[in-house]
Amino acid sequence: MSAQAPPRTELLLQLADDELVLGWRDSEWTGIAPFLEEDVAFSSIAQTEIGHARAFYELAAAELDTTADELAFDRRPEEYRCAPLVELNLVHDWAKSVARRWLYETADAIRVDSLKASDWPELAGLAAKIEREEAYHALHAGMWHDRLTRSTARERFATAVDELWPYALGLVEGDQRRILCEAAGREDVPAVERGAHVEDWPALWEEMTMVRRTVPGGSW
Amino acid sequence: MAPRTEQEFKKHVQAGGQVETNDWMPDEYRAKLIKFIEMHGNSELMGVLPEREWILRAPTLQRKLALTAKVQDEVGHAQLIYRVVEDLGKPREQSLEDLIAGKSKFHNVFHYPTKTWGDVGVIAWLVDAAAIISQKALLKCSYAPYARIMKKICWEESFHILHGRDVVLALVTGTEEQRELVQEALDRWWAPLMMFHGNPIPAEDDPMVEWRIKSQANEDARQQFLDGYVPQIWELGLTEPDPELRKDEQTGVWHYTEPDYTELKHVVTGHGPRTAERLELRRISREETAWVRDVVLADAA
Amino acid sequence: MAVWEVFRQEREGAPFQHGGSLEAPDLAFAEAYAKEFYGRRAESLALWVVPRDSVLEIDEPYVAPVFDRDYRRVDGYSIKVKLKEARERAGTPAH
Repeated sequence: MSAQAPPRTELLLQLADDELVLGWRDSEWTGIAPFLEEDVAFSSIAQTEIGHARAFYELAAAELDTTADELAFDRRPEEYRCAPLVELNLVHDWAKSVARRWLYETADAIRVDSLKASDWPELAGLAAKIEREEAYHALHAGMWHDRLTRSTARERFATAVDELWPYALGLVEGDQRRILCEAAGREDVPAVERGAHVEDWPALWEEMTMVRRTVPGGSW
Repeated sequence: MAPRTEQEFKKHVQAGGQVETNDWMPDEYRAKLIKFIEMHGNSELMGVLPEREWILRAPTLQRKLALTAKVQDEVGHAQLIYRVVEDLGKPREQSLEDLIAGKSKFHNVFHYPTKTWGDVGVIAWLVDAAAIISQKALLKCSYAPYARIMKKICWEESFHILHGRDVVLALVTGTEEQRELVQEALDRWWAPLMMFHGNPIPAEDDPMVEWRIKSQANEDARQQFLDGYVPQIWELGLTEPDPELRKDEQTGVWHYTEPDYTELKHVVTGHGPRTAERLELRRISREETAWVRDVVLADAA
Repeated sequence: MAVWEVFRQEREGAPFQHGGSLEAPDLAFAEAYAKEFYGRRAESLALWVVPRDSVLEIDEPYVAPVFDRDYRRVDGYSIKVKLKEARERAGTPAH
């Protein structure tokens, strides 16, 4: 759990932290989504994201001789490798929340696709499994994207996508950025890179670890 | 022949007959159904809020997933139930407006605060246990569409009790501090739990029983709850804050200190410790997402 | 929003039974929500999602018969007496 984690574990932690924190953010809509059917759907997505995070953490935990829960909860806020996109608190803004989902899924599809070719068989296998569930996420994100783009709220949605686009680029690196630009039909711009955390992050970290910190090493 | 008069209709439902959405029904029956079922829907929806606060604080990945799934189920139940109300003639949007305006009620337990992680265990275990007792009795409701969804609801609630009991077991087998979380939560939740099934009004005086919307007397439900769960509470070395609580082994009846039914009335009429705050959260979140519903509705029309 | 009726099949070969209804603005949303409501615990093998408007409900699926139509029912075939007689003639025992 240090800065010296080997590169392949480093990558796993990035993936896991992205899925974890986005899952946590999306779960904030549980119970207060725009309508009840959507509430149930959005909550499922949050759950699968956290499920994916857990799978990535488990793989990393085996390398680092720790547990998935310890990786998810017991690091300092500055040790998380997630991209700033997933840290943003967007719970009062459905347009931005959906824009983030759509951008994230578009980028994640590229990333997961490349992981399937990983020379680490466990990771390649995991990516293939995750891809199956992400297909549903993509369907959900796509249906909202299409609906809002065709609606009277198109300006609102377009603004949200514009605002989040530099953050979305920060999810992937290198050549994957070019592929992302093509997939999203947008220009390359300076990305909001991984490494720094946004100001919404410490409060989320405080909350997600608050119960667990009361009894260090306890079982729950 | 399908009943055509109020008298025939009452005879039909009291004899165990069922009613479908498009069957003729007396206005009074329809009005009572809407009121009763709407309150159930409101309770599922408002029941989301006390637990929702802990979704962000769940201490392990497994607990996070289980709690999110539980709250999700409750939202799903609200959807199923409001659909039944809607088909009886009251649109969902109207039910939600009335809820926020304080014109309709929801269950007493959802007016109280959740203070610790111990509450998460106690609610999922015992509040859901109390609820499942009422809901199982509703499987026999004379209004068939409601009885049918209750099957799905009861099935899903059974997972919640498992999750709740598991949270409680982890805490009582943990540190002294963790065990105290459960005991302290149980102490706070006991009074609301004892009121949950309502005044001990005799079945023959209960208009909901007369129409066989309900088929179980309030006190029967409470006795069933005590009988099923007090031994499980004791088995874990936990206690309830009621020195009078005991079972008469001769009669099989549980004795307890009379709950404060004035508090119950006060709470469910909108004066609970968290009523205003939670309705305000509902109001704000509806306001913030109104444009989404407008867009979706407008385009669907 | 439109109301959609969902029918679910629990097992291979089992009939589709009405599961419930949901509200969704179009087919894509209805599909996503039907999966959520009737598949998230893998409780259904397949679903039919139908706009409510497309369901024709028939309250009285039969016309009360004026003349006897017992040939359509089980009780129209009381074979007991005839079978007994046939067995006696054939000399085979009843079982």
